[in-house]
Amino acid sequence: MTLLEVRDVHKGFGDLAVLKGMDLEVGLHEVVVLIGASGSGKSTLLRCINGLETVDAGFVRVDDIEVTAPDVDLDEVRKRVGIVFQQFNLFPHMSVLDNVTLAPRKVLGMKRADADEAARGLLDRFGLLDKADDYPDRLSGGQQQRVAIVRALAMKPEVMLFDEVTSALDPLLVGEVLDVIRELKDEGMTIVMATHEMGFAQEVADRVCFLHDGRVLEQGPPAELFADPVEEQTRAFLERVARI
Amino acid sequence: MTTPAEAPLEAPVIPYVDPQRRARSRSRARRDGLIASLSTVVVFAVLGYLVTSSPGWPKVQETFFNWDEAVAAWPTLIKAFVLNIKIFLVAEFFILILSLLIALGRGLRAPVALPIRIICTVYVDFFRGVPTILVILLLGFGVPALQLKGVTNSPVVWGTVALILSYTAYVAEVYRAGIESIHPSQRAAARSLGLSSIQTTRYVVLPQAVRRVVPPLLNDFIALQKETALVSLLGPIEVLRAAQINASSNFNYTAYVVAALLFVAITLPLTRLTDWLQRRDSKRRMAGAM
Ligand SMILES: Nc1ncnc2c1ncn2[C@@H]1O[C@H](COP(=O)(O)OP(=O)(O)OP(=O)(O)O)[C@@H](O)[C@H]1O
Ligand SMILES: [Mg+2]
Repeated sequence: MTLLEVRDVHKGFGDLAVLKGMDLEVGLHEVVVLIGASGSGKSTLLRCINGLETVDAGFVRVDDIEVTAPDVDLDEVRKRVGIVFQQFNLFPHMSVLDNVTLAPRKVLGMKRADADEAARGLLDRFGLLDKADDYPDRLSGGQQQRVAIVRALAMKPEVMLFDEVTSALDPLLVGEVLDVIRELKDEGMTIVMATHEMGFAQEVADRVCFLHDGRVLEQGPPAELFADPVEEQTRAFLERVARI
Repeated sequence: MTTPAEAPLEAPVIPYVDPQRRARSRSRARRDGLIASLSTVVVFAVLGYLVTSSPGWPKVQETFFNWDEAVAAWPTLIKAFVLNIKIFLVAEFFILILSLLIALGRGLRAPVALPIRIICTVYVDFFRGVPTILVILLLGFGVPALQLKGVTNSPVVWGTVALILSYTAYVAEVYRAGIESIHPSQRAAARSLGLSSIQTTRYVVLPQAVRRVVPPLLNDFIALQKETALVSLLGPIEVLRAAQINASSNFNYTAYVVAALLFVAITLPLTRLTDWLQRRDSKRRMAGAM
């Protein structure tokens, strides 16, 4: 079953066309990794999926909601689609616990006690319970990013979007964040992630999509795509990444 | 990132300082303190001497710093000063609320809200441009002249309204600067969690913005405390007017000096608080910048 569908989406900023007929389908429980050069539109695609950007043309559907419909309830979309950014964007004036419970309380209308309990459960699962009452600036980058993931999970989304969530991290802290994503995959979460971590992509992805010139130029299981890319540009990109 | 990742894992160590260096820096600190006190004493002694030795000093002392006059004027002045404080407190209350509404109004981006945005912008442009003293004169003399039924002619009321109108414009700009200083990614993060635009403003943007603008906000309030004296132009006996009456009745200006000290006395706590908050703020920002 396809949970997420992107059809012929176009998106530009001023004169710059970023997405030029983007197609993507993601099945339930599937983990799809987006790779591509900087500026190839990975972030833009993810932001179009949860309605943070409006598309210029095309069709996006999440489960039974048409994100691109003119009368779409974006709040409903965002309840179902969690997104985590490269910069963790935690709310600095709130404790970790309040960061996590804000949306469940204000959007889902949960009672404070219930929201707190659920949040503590989630924090505990990801080894963050002892940080519940700290403020974000007291945490390491890896801890902050894990809190950001927990904050998105607290809304019980059907799909999680990760936009280069490890790029701003010290190399030694990348692992703990990837562990979280691995665990989500094992639980059957549907995931779309943009990343430069090719090793991790190879390990967790069911499918890797190479974005080039505003489209998915080539896609396939990681073993095939990494070992034997068909397209010249894919090959060139992978070689360039391998050299770094 | 340049910070070593192992750092948080290390046990905290007491910073080691070479004993000789420590002794040297201690003695330097002592010497600095001595120089500071000496230069202060010398400068003020010289200033004091220059002033008190000037040929006009006895006359100035008699008319401006006359202790008996000060004591005599005190009860009237302090009673009049209560009016300044009342004006200030009432004005501050309304300014805080109205300016926030104006700042939020200017930030509305929805097409239907365009009229609100225009009204708020015009309001701010107008009242920031017009001198406060003119607003006070226009309202204080203009409104009573209209002879409207059921509308008060009290100069205190209209003077206060004028201060509110004028300062709301300034403070709205302070709020707006604070709101705009919050990075758009905070808004995006809140929106992507499903919070509505209003909820995002209420729970994510405003709390951070207000915290940032407290020091400049206090600055405006210090200015406002002083400008309550402008209401005297309309006639009510606030402290400046009381001092004026006192001065013109006995040709002695000591009452002005007392009034000035009263203003300093109430602005001083706010001034110190502002300084302290600003220092704390810049320290925190430096720590945050790594
Ligand atoms: N809000 C915006 N306004 C103008 N241009 C934008 C905006 N957002 C993105 N762009 C431009 O669109 C292009 C694609 O950006 P996008 O962030 O989607 O790329 P990316 O694949 O995520 O790159 P990276 O790997 O560097 O994150 C870039 O050239 C970027 O400068
Ligand atoms: Mg990106």
